[in-house]
Amino acid sequence: MSEYSADVVVIGGGVVGCAVAFELAQRGCTNVIVVERGTLACGSTGRCGAGVRQQFGTELNCVLARESVRIFEKMDEYLDYEPGVEFRQSGYLILAFSDKQWDQFKKNVALQRSLGIDVKMLTVDEALEIVPFLNTEGMVGATFCNTDGFANPFHTTFAYGQAAKRLGVRIMTHTTVTGIEVENDRIKAVVTDKGKIATDTVVNCAGAYSGDIAKMAGIDLPVWGERHQILVTEPVEPLMGPMVISFHHDFYFQQSVHGSFLGGIGLPEPKGYNIMSTVEFLERMAATLKQLLPPLTQLRVVRQWAGLYDRSPDAQPILGECPPVEKFYNANGFSGHGFMVAPIVGVLLAELITTGKTSIDISKLDMGRFARGELVFEPSVVG
Amino acid sequence: MVMPENPRPDDNTIICRCEDITLGEIRALIAQGYTTIDEIKRVSRAGMGQCQGRTCRQLIAREIAQALGITVEQVELPQFRPPTRPIVLSTIVEGEGNE
Repeated sequence: MSEYSADVVVIGGGVVGCAVAFELAQRGCTNVIVVERGTLACGSTGRCGAGVRQQFGTELNCVLARESVRIFEKMDEYLDYEPGVEFRQSGYLILAFSDKQWDQFKKNVALQRSLGIDVKMLTVDEALEIVPFLNTEGMVGATFCNTDGFANPFHTTFAYGQAAKRLGVRIMTHTTVTGIEVENDRIKAVVTDKGKIATDTVVNCAGAYSGDIAKMAGIDLPVWGERHQILVTEPVEPLMGPMVISFHHDFYFQQSVHGSFLGGIGLPEPKGYNIMSTVEFLERMAATLKQLLPPLTQLRVVRQWAGLYDRSPDAQPILGECPPVEKFYNANGFSGHGFMVAPIVGVLLAELITTGKTSIDISKLDMGRFARGELVFEPSVVG
Repeated sequence: MVMPENPRPDDNTIICRCEDITLGEIRALIAQGYTTIDEIKRVSRAGMGQCQGRTCRQLIAREIAQALGITVEQVELPQFRPPTRPIVLSTIVEGEGNE
């Protein structure tokens, strides 16, 4: 006996799960249940760096980000969300510290420009015009895209969640998925600690826990958790427009709309679900800031936290069905870029589930690419 | 003198002094369905400021308890996050390796 039934069960109430649920409902598929273990945006979404960038090194990551920016630009109206999602296009400045890196950036920018993303290659002096207090010692150049930016991950998720609810989607928070019943490669039900949900369609939006969810359906999904830490400072007057990234230092730093600075740095991490903060992170951040953005070390850090990247083997998302199980869809493996591509991922998954086709060809992002050996590595990842 | 029973503080009372959030705003958020301290923090920034919720956390817990008809002890507690007090980043650089 099932306590509930749904046409689609979305597992995970982060930004991806809420976007998928909303877009399904928009297409008339309103008998949808979102199952969330905690509260909306309590996992990777609510812990992320909140950046939205289009400067990637693979075609599909660039296209997904470009299309998501288009949705972010009109999101407050699109989702009828009065507080607003605080999307601000203040750009991303990506620094190069070696000739080899600069050569990679030239390739990336050629690709980005061919896809209609307006990215400029800047000299060191031009970069200084944008961030005057940048320490450019050892710097070769920078790339800049002024339509990249920043949005509030909490408001974005709540906006999708509330819009989905208004269309009839049911969101079950504080509900843990404990099993998925599959018979002859067909899904029968999702079992939770609040009861069983009869369904034949599941969307796995469980972030770093997506591998555990897939296992419940007998699927071996190569997605794992990897801790990444962040700190935030006291709010101050506007000092720095764009997000500043250095892949060489594995570092990013950005001033939010609120005035606080927020950033992180990559440290060696084992696979796992550990989200404790460390003193080592604080020391590495402070030392790197002193090196790259010296005046900002005068700021006070008020809080630090950690969250999980949902890593995939090639740092590209895993989207779509995974045979032989029917109607088990993945939307995970974002490897630190889930928030920024969630708007278009919601659209594409909803198209796929309701029509069997997608407006952007994402067939290369299926899980089968790992068995086929067709991995396309994303070079532009922090951490 | 007889004190009024169960005085209800004014909606204009500032609950989160760091982020300037009133009791009325907190009550409105609870009414909208944000019924944990963490959710209220995420949607309003209450508790994200300099003091990290030292004052407002308990007041918000009391409001949630009242609205849901539960005890304050039953309200889900948020994670306490480091550092305990704000630290100037340069002092961390200087202090490196000196512990």
